[in-house]
Amino acid sequence: MELLLVMLIGVLYAAGVYFILRRSMVRLLLGIMLLGNGTNILIFLLGNITKGKPPIIDADLKVFADIYADPIPQALILTAIVISFGLTSFAIVLLKRVYALIGSDDLDDLNTPEEEDI
Amino acid sequence: MRSPILQTAAKYLLPILLLFSAFLLLRGHYHPGGGFVGGLVASIAFVLHSFAYGTDNTMKLLWYKPLTLIPIGLMIASAAMFAPVLFGLPVMTGLWFDQPIPVIGMIGSALFFDLGVYLVVIGVVLTILFTISLYTH
Amino acid sequence: MIDNQIIATVLVHLFTALLQLAFWRKTVTQRILSIAGTLTGFLFAANLFTKVYTGSILTMNASNWEAPFGIVFVADMLSATMVLLTSIAALAVSIFSATGVGRARMLYGYFPIFHFLVMGLNGAFLTGDIFNLYVWFEVVIIASFVLLTLGGRKAQLEGAVKYMAMNILASTFFLTGVGLLYGITGSLNMADLALKIPEVENQSIVNLTAMFFLIGFGIKSAVFPLYFWLPSSYHTPPSAVAATFGGLLTKVGIYALFRVFTLVFTPDEFMKTLFIVMGILTILTGAFGAIIKNNIRRLFSYLIVCHIGFIIGGLGLYTKVALLGAVFYLIHDMIVKTNLFLIAGLIRQLRGTMNMEKLGGLYAHYPKISLLIAVVLFSLAGIPPLSGFWPKIYLIEAGFSANNYAFVLSVIIGSFITLYVIARLWSEVFWKNDPAEEIVTDSFKPLKPFKKMLLVLPIGILAATTLYTGLNAEIIIQVADRISTEMLDTTPYIQAVLGN
Repeated sequence: MELLLVMLIGVLYAAGVYFILRRSMVRLLLGIMLLGNGTNILIFLLGNITKGKPPIIDADLKVFADIYADPIPQALILTAIVISFGLTSFAIVLLKRVYALIGSDDLDDLNTPEEEDI
Repeated sequence: MRSPILQTAAKYLLPILLLFSAFLLLRGHYHPGGGFVGGLVASIAFVLHSFAYGTDNTMKLLWYKPLTLIPIGLMIASAAMFAPVLFGLPVMTGLWFDQPIPVIGMIGSALFFDLGVYLVVIGVVLTILFTISLYTH
Repeated sequence: MIDNQIIATVLVHLFTALLQLAFWRKTVTQRILSIAGTLTGFLFAANLFTKVYTGSILTMNASNWEAPFGIVFVADMLSATMVLLTSIAALAVSIFSATGVGRARMLYGYFPIFHFLVMGLNGAFLTGDIFNLYVWFEVVIIASFVLLTLGGRKAQLEGAVKYMAMNILASTFFLTGVGLLYGITGSLNMADLALKIPEVENQSIVNLTAMFFLIGFGIKSAVFPLYFWLPSSYHTPPSAVAATFGGLLTKVGIYALFRVFTLVFTPDEFMKTLFIVMGILTILTGAFGAIIKNNIRRLFSYLIVCHIGFIIGGLGLYTKVALLGAVFYLIHDMIVKTNLFLIAGLIRQLRGTMNMEKLGGLYAHYPKISLLIAVVLFSLAGIPPLSGFWPKIYLIEAGFSANNYAFVLSVIIGSFITLYVIARLWSEVFWKNDPAEEIVTDSFKPLKPFKKMLLVLPIGILAATTLYTGLNAEIIIQVADRISTEMLDTTPYIQAVLGN
């Protein structure tokens, strides 16, 4: 399981970096999303995956007697997902506006020369 | 393209999904669920409706712009955050009623915080999706 | 000492923003609420600062969870000073925005978003939890995206795409660092991390994690190899927004570097050298970039980069004197950089352009305003006894005592180029004869006196703060001295958070 996740993280990071290095804006966005997902899985992996042991304590116990799944990485990932949802949706709307204005998906067309500054 | 199957299904699924989202919201404190998931389910109900009947009809169904839900939700959430300060406790401390209320269970300031999150999530998701879908047409 | 007062500076801006949302589309009410909100925020921040300055480090456990488990808010000297400076800058920007920002932008919610941004900044300065720091960073980023794109001219959207891509990337690096840190220590509380990091057996993975933080915060604070997004986006939004960005947003990255690399990680020799090299290169690239620019705001953007190098280099030297100088420079820089962009906005109001070649003769037309601006420009250049001068003395002294002559030389080169650039700006914009033959577009003169006052007053407030920092340098040195002492000896911080 761990090895599979490690490979998945590697693939996601590699694909993300590859996409970011392209000139297309949509690919830039996709690359950022893939990197974000890779990071989320990395956090999940680092929280030591424990199967079938929910972090719920018996009513008569004060401390955990058994090994249990750490809920914090999942809380972190959930927060990160929520944030990246907001950022991604904003980015999509922004890129649509830019595309409507410039009519191009190429990042190189995104440079106004300095002479046109106010 | 309007599909009669999707339209009929959406008509019945909308109230069921909304009920389910309320269920998720209420059980959220000690069980899986909560304001965020509940809000997502509720907004998916409206998104399904907009797929079946078109975005304009869904907006009519909602009466108000979904954008107005964001400040309302934020206000409820921050009131729940701020309430413990009035009792001399640190911000965001959970305040609980002593007696559980039938059907709903224990009520505390955490529930109101979740309710705020629920409304904000519906507002944000619907605003974004409506903006994107109206922009294309 | 536990105190609810800490969070007040955050809550003030939250409630101001919510009130403004309730008065959606009522721009006059929103303006009044904004000024009232930032003023209250300033009073709370001043109160917090005096409490921390006269007393000790304050902490507050959110939700009443005990320190290493729950989220804790901490106000030590560094945090309190940053919050105080932020609220001064926010007050000035808020007054300036009342006339300096177009009505269309206000209708789209400029003010609520501005307050969410300031709330995020205050939260980031006050939190003692590294994941919470990430969340506050995201609040700041989302608010800054909206501010940057509001209004949506072509150049503005172009700047926004670059800004967005680099900042999301920075957050991803930061988040990866947080995840690794949790994986190796099992804690997110910064004080707790400070205790647990030295006990980690595999120190090379600690260094790897530190690099993730360095890249993440480095992008945000625009240090040498990662600064390109800043000069290509900061000249696009309205000046009030650019002032918030230039004065406060890069500085929150610097704050995070200070916090993480003095409290959580202790830099080893390699890290220190890396910081110094990055600092030197940042100074030089920023300075040489500023020489060739003709647009005032592009020039100021490069000066931001240049002066961040001073602070990073000071952090890299990592001695008491160097940290003192770096902190003093940070204090001076936050106020002056905010003011510079407000000045750029005022010049735009006066002449309708920010291109130095098309400007001129402002001193002949507006002598009083020009003298006010001169104070700011010359304190930026570091003419003694103004505020930019003192921290450089400390930085140069620290460089000499560490035998790091390359850093000393680059500080001197950076200062001279800043002086040259400022002198050129002064002669081009204020002394040169007006190049325009016909009557230029002056949108300042027809304004009512009250509105004129709203544009000049914030520059005056910030200039007075700068003058105070320069002329009462011994007080600021005392503050910076306490901050640098707390940086080198983190025991009081850890004790205040964890108790014993």
